[in-house]
Amino acid sequence: MNTEIEEKIDSQKYLEMDLLRFTTAGSVDDGKSTLIGRLLYDSKAIFEDQMDAIEEVSNRKGKGYVDLSLLTDGLRAEREQGITIDVAYRYFATPKRKFIISDTPGHIQYTRNMVTGASTANLAIILVDARKGVIEQTCRHSFIASLLQIKHVIVCINKMDLVNFKQEVFEKIQQDYKDFASKLSIPDIRFIPISALMGDNVVDRSENMAWYEGSTLLHTLENVNISSDQNFVDARFPVQYVIRPQSDEFHDFRGYAGRVEGGVFKPGDEVVALPSGFSSKIKTIETIDGQLAEAYPPMSVTITLETEIDISRGDMLVKANNQPQNSQDVELMICWLNEKQLVPNGKYVIRHTTKEARCIIKDVRYKMNINTLHRVEDDTTIGLNDIGRILIRTTSPLFYDSYNKNRFTGSVILIDEFTNETVGAGMII
Amino acid sequence: MQSYNLTHLKQLEAEAIFIMREVAAQFEKPVLLFSGGKDSIVMVRLAQKAFAPAKFPFPLMHIDTGHNFVEAIEFRDDMVAKLGANLIVRYVQDSIDKGRAQDEKGPNPSRNGLQTITLLDAIEEFKFDAAFGGGRRDEEKARAKERFFSHRDEFGQWDPKNQRPELWNLFNGRKNPGEHFRVFPLSNWTEMDVWQYIASEKLDIPNLYFTHKREIVVRDGALLAKSDFITLLNDEKYEERIVRFRTVGDMTCTGAVESTADNLDDIIQEVASARQTERGTRADDKRSEAAMEDRKKQGYF
Repeated sequence: MNTEIEEKIDSQKYLEMDLLRFTTAGSVDDGKSTLIGRLLYDSKAIFEDQMDAIEEVSNRKGKGYVDLSLLTDGLRAEREQGITIDVAYRYFATPKRKFIISDTPGHIQYTRNMVTGASTANLAIILVDARKGVIEQTCRHSFIASLLQIKHVIVCINKMDLVNFKQEVFEKIQQDYKDFASKLSIPDIRFIPISALMGDNVVDRSENMAWYEGSTLLHTLENVNISSDQNFVDARFPVQYVIRPQSDEFHDFRGYAGRVEGGVFKPGDEVVALPSGFSSKIKTIETIDGQLAEAYPPMSVTITLETEIDISRGDMLVKANNQPQNSQDVELMICWLNEKQLVPNGKYVIRHTTKEARCIIKDVRYKMNINTLHRVEDDTTIGLNDIGRILIRTTSPLFYDSYNKNRFTGSVILIDEFTNETVGAGMII
Repeated sequence: MQSYNLTHLKQLEAEAIFIMREVAAQFEKPVLLFSGGKDSIVMVRLAQKAFAPAKFPFPLMHIDTGHNFVEAIEFRDDMVAKLGANLIVRYVQDSIDKGRAQDEKGPNPSRNGLQTITLLDAIEEFKFDAAFGGGRRDEEKARAKERFFSHRDEFGQWDPKNQRPELWNLFNGRKNPGEHFRVFPLSNWTEMDVWQYIASEKLDIPNLYFTHKREIVVRDGALLAKSDFITLLNDEKYEERIVRFRTVGDMTCTGAVESTADNLDDIIQEVASARQTERGTRADDKRSEAAMEDRKKQGYF
């Protein structure tokens, strides 16, 4: 264990850190827990009492090593069965960035968790066992990363120590992966040969792989540029809540609270409210700390307008010359999250941005075989963990962008009207 | 193109504000659980930000174990008066007097678990359909599995194996009558983020968090403050130490740490170099490997 950390942290620098959310995909055998454990341990995010607790449990269970997966498997059932059931979130920081890991289980039946974890991630780490190379599971994870529009993927070729740190092995896997990934749309793919167990190229450069000239995993995580991943072009402001203080001081105040989901808004901008189509100008962008000169994703702000127009939750402020699509008939890629399978012609509650409506499933176009990426058109039952393309019709029009253009105005969830469970995650085409 | 960046604290703040507004929009009668501890102080600040210039549209509620630090209660009342907020207090003692709860036996009986009974009764009494908590996923491993919108059945129970998936920023608060939600806007914050936020927002916190002299007793490695609720065992005795608290909860199970940190910057340095989790000082979590999970299933915070 580290005894004492001598260096003082620079408080000011900490306040200027940014945030990277990443997801990890892979099964226990790929060394995923070991990798996460190492990142947390080396960045001092594992505390002594946590370490003591898992050491104690590891010993009690007769394991010959400290089982770092005990750190992430937080539920009793998970520890008993030795599997990860649910997405676990872990946090660590280096002087450069704060990181949120959504650690998702890799078993086939848990596509649902992978989709959940990927939905908010900037980056995905996909683990490949150097001895096994690119396998079905690698393809499945990569497809999901691509479908969820994760812009950066780091393929960690792990257990290099078990293949004598051979460059040929790394290069062969890299080539195989590139061949397969040409069918996907991931703009930034990097490959790093590592040994999570020994620590090679995780935090420190490997002395065993002098032939590798790229960055270590941590260095890559700290430096990958994510600032241009968000959509700063198409201005979208879904209204979440209307603020009317009704106090003497703010008698006429009427503010539209929400999160900027795309583009940049400034006082003086001409805006159009959807669905009414009425236009006005932004008067102020309010926060408790004062008025802002501009608002951009993912800021939560309150916008006031020059003129009083009728706007409520579920409406959207946009710019006149850049409007989203507007339709009741919407094509989606859907990932099914529930044991009760999708009912053709069934009705569901749909949530899109801050709007809630109902919808009917008009057609199932096809189902994806996520291992081969083939479309299956003769079997269109969509059950738990299936991914397919569907057409829906909504009770009132949605104002949306394609998911590829904007994750937040291009995504929906479907809710079972009877159980209230979230049953489907949809990405608008 | 110009690049637009928000620092991680600003992103966490924006996320928490989004969650609070979503609750105000989706629920009829929310409440913010408030103890006077640092997390709930941050929660109140975020609630102010989310609804300014209006007042936040929900009351505060404290479930009072009766085993409080005097300083925390004074701070609580002072803060509520300054805010002009509506504070509801419900007492574990009342639940005991009504026969709905019973004190534990032993040398430091904790009322921590009993809070659940009082809390669920109060939620039913006021027909609250959403209760904000300051819980964070980095606190404890069962909490790491918690959702922002956490569904509770009509018995107030949490079913961790059957939680609703949460994707993007789409939150599903639909429920049947009698059910409610616990909502955790600080889910993605760490202890460090909370301290940094307190420093950057210049928030007042109870003096308990800063170094002071206090009589304590060392029990099972924990430094427990002298109080009427603790019975000394055979060879135990109170001794004076220079301490502060990292969390403020029930006096019988909140341990102090030895520290000379008397300002926020020192606390931040201490948190940065700490080798124990903040709940490492909480005896209530140490009762078993799944202590938190078990309490949460029954409806704990």
